[in-house]
Amino acid sequence: MATLTEAPPPLSPTAPAKTPPRRRGRLVPYWLLLPGILWLLVFFALPMIYQASTSVQTGSLEEGYEVTWHFATYWDALSEYYPQFLRSVLYAGSATVLCLILGYPLAYLIAFRAGRWRNLIMILVIAPFFTSFLIRTLAWKTILADGGPVVGALNTLHVLDVTSWLGMTSGDRVLATPLAVVCGLTYNFLPFMILPLYSSLERIDGRLHEAAGDLYAKPITTFRKVTFPLSMPGVVSGTLLTFIPAAGDYVNADLLGSADTRMVGNVIQTQFLRILDYPTAAALSFILMAAILVMVTVYIRKSGTEDLV
Amino acid sequence: MEQFEPDRPSPAQLAAMRRSLRNGRAAMTRRSLLRASAGGALAVGGLGALSACGIPAAGKSQGGEAADDLSAKEKTVSFSNWTEYMDVDDSGKHHPTLEAFTKRTGVKVKYTEDINDNNEFFGKIKPQLAAGQATGRDIIVLTDWLAGRLIRLGWVQKLDPSNLPHAFANLSQQFRNPDWDPGRAYSYPWQGISTVIAYNKKALDGVEVKSVSDMLDNPRLKGRVGFLTEMRDTIGMTLLDMDKRPEKFTDDDYDAVVARLQKAVDKGQIRRFTGNDYTSDLTSGDFAACIAWAGDVVQLKADSPDIDFLIPDSGYMTSSDNMLIPNKARHKTNAERLIDYYFEPRAAAELAAYINYVCPVDGVKEELAKIDEDAANNPLILPDQAMQAKSHAFRSLSSKEETAYEEKFAKLTGA
Repeated sequence: MATLTEAPPPLSPTAPAKTPPRRRGRLVPYWLLLPGILWLLVFFALPMIYQASTSVQTGSLEEGYEVTWHFATYWDALSEYYPQFLRSVLYAGSATVLCLILGYPLAYLIAFRAGRWRNLIMILVIAPFFTSFLIRTLAWKTILADGGPVVGALNTLHVLDVTSWLGMTSGDRVLATPLAVVCGLTYNFLPFMILPLYSSLERIDGRLHEAAGDLYAKPITTFRKVTFPLSMPGVVSGTLLTFIPAAGDYVNADLLGSADTRMVGNVIQTQFLRILDYPTAAALSFILMAAILVMVTVYIRKSGTEDLV
Repeated sequence: MEQFEPDRPSPAQLAAMRRSLRNGRAAMTRRSLLRASAGGALAVGGLGALSACGIPAAGKSQGGEAADDLSAKEKTVSFSNWTEYMDVDDSGKHHPTLEAFTKRTGVKVKYTEDINDNNEFFGKIKPQLAAGQATGRDIIVLTDWLAGRLIRLGWVQKLDPSNLPHAFANLSQQFRNPDWDPGRAYSYPWQGISTVIAYNKKALDGVEVKSVSDMLDNPRLKGRVGFLTEMRDTIGMTLLDMDKRPEKFTDDDYDAVVARLQKAVDKGQIRRFTGNDYTSDLTSGDFAACIAWAGDVVQLKADSPDIDFLIPDSGYMTSSDNMLIPNKARHKTNAERLIDYYFEPRAAAELAAYINYVCPVDGVKEELAKIDEDAANNPLILPDQAMQAKSHAFRSLSSKEETAYEEKFAKLTGA
């Protein structure tokens, strides 16, 4: 975080060496780490090992599963379900871009222009979290119902003709189409975009804007050269917080989509709960994790932000 | 002059390597070396751990099946059921039939509505049952295919007929001999479920639907029909429509049904496959027609005059939800007494009057007529001869078949 800028200047090599702190003091960080480490060990590391093991097992419910190092499961899973993987990346990517387009102006407004409305708008951004994810998604089914006013208006304005042509909807409806799934994802993850954007915009020193103005920069140039680069940590962490959970989401595709909008999360759920093919489900989860890790690493490298937020 | 040695890096290269070890992010300090070796140890340990954690064979569950029966000492029984599957009084807090049972026998019922989905519930109780541990539940209610799987896996206890006189005497013929539990050695039905075609008159707008074929073929219903994610209901209804018998079908029949449905998915005829949430699609009119569970439709019909249902000439599917006593349950006798209680016509009638599913108990009609005349004459609750003749059950599947069929069905539904 920006607190890094307040770090003390490095000691010059000529400065007299400090007396080493007492031993007890040196252990304090480790004690502080302990609860977190234990938590991660029990609820992250162990399940990961268990899952990794499951992914290389073969067998069935009746005969039990044994570790046979059957790595072909990974290849089979990938070649069988790559369309769902691609779809997940596509939908999550579209939702992330939409979130950024919708969220940036709002975060900008809250940070610089909202004045005394700031707190109220912030509460409104967070308010959806007061009800359950599932209920909010189900509400979309009512809002976007075929005979409802939203779809009616979109039809009158011929918006649906355009989206149909783009392959995002089919016929005169929004529900059970890719558009509905992307909209659901965008809606559900929008606050995760706005909050980090806001926190990094809010920290920008207002005098920088004045300085840019004094140097005859037009507002658009000020934004392009000063504000946006300084908000990059917020953009990066916002896109990550949106993209990563959206890529693994299955609720939106399940409730708002149809058979041809299923994402990889749905496949994992089906494999695990219905078909009881635990190795394939575990392998799919690992492939998804690896794919996200690679994409995120490349993205962070490209965006040139080493410190997130 | 320096001699060129192919095997040895030049001094410049060596210097560069030393630099790279000392500086930058890959700097090889003592700490990072320690970390690396710890990582290596973790990795080695991890590999060991990986091969150590297989999943034991489900059928060979460790330990005995029964636990000590504490029924005489502890006058309780814990009953896990689906949501909205029990009579409730006006305050919404009391279950009259359960309270009558407690009053008569002194056995307190810990009633929990924690089953929402067969697959999810199986995932929930599987770890305990596979490891031969108690689930903390004395009665669970599961749909027949899952009940059959639990019996096959040896995870439920055989019932003691001497505690079940009413159940034995009053169980209707239709439910007596399911092929997954002949003679009801392990299970008794809680309620029967009929799968029918439901429709929204307003959304149909004059289109006539009489069969699954109409749903699949009529172009005016494109994108406005729904099928269930419950494989046996969707496939069963389509099998019947294609003149096949769900009690006795082959792999080829199954593939033919999947191909027929796949065609409808591909051309956008089927809007989506749903679980219980089809009710909202149907009432909003997004579904003009869908495969539905009759118990829901009776309730939807009461709320909205547009909703109705029909039974295709080719027949309809009936399944059941069944009470089972899982391994290691601590109050087996109490559980059996509770099961038996619901086969007394009076209790069965009170329950049937409240939840509109198929009542599996004979001799209920008179009792039910005293409470609700309409319900007593509703063939969906007490099926008459004509209804029973059209009712079909999905044959039980071997675990291999189940996996193969579920996989094909999952592909059909998109994943």
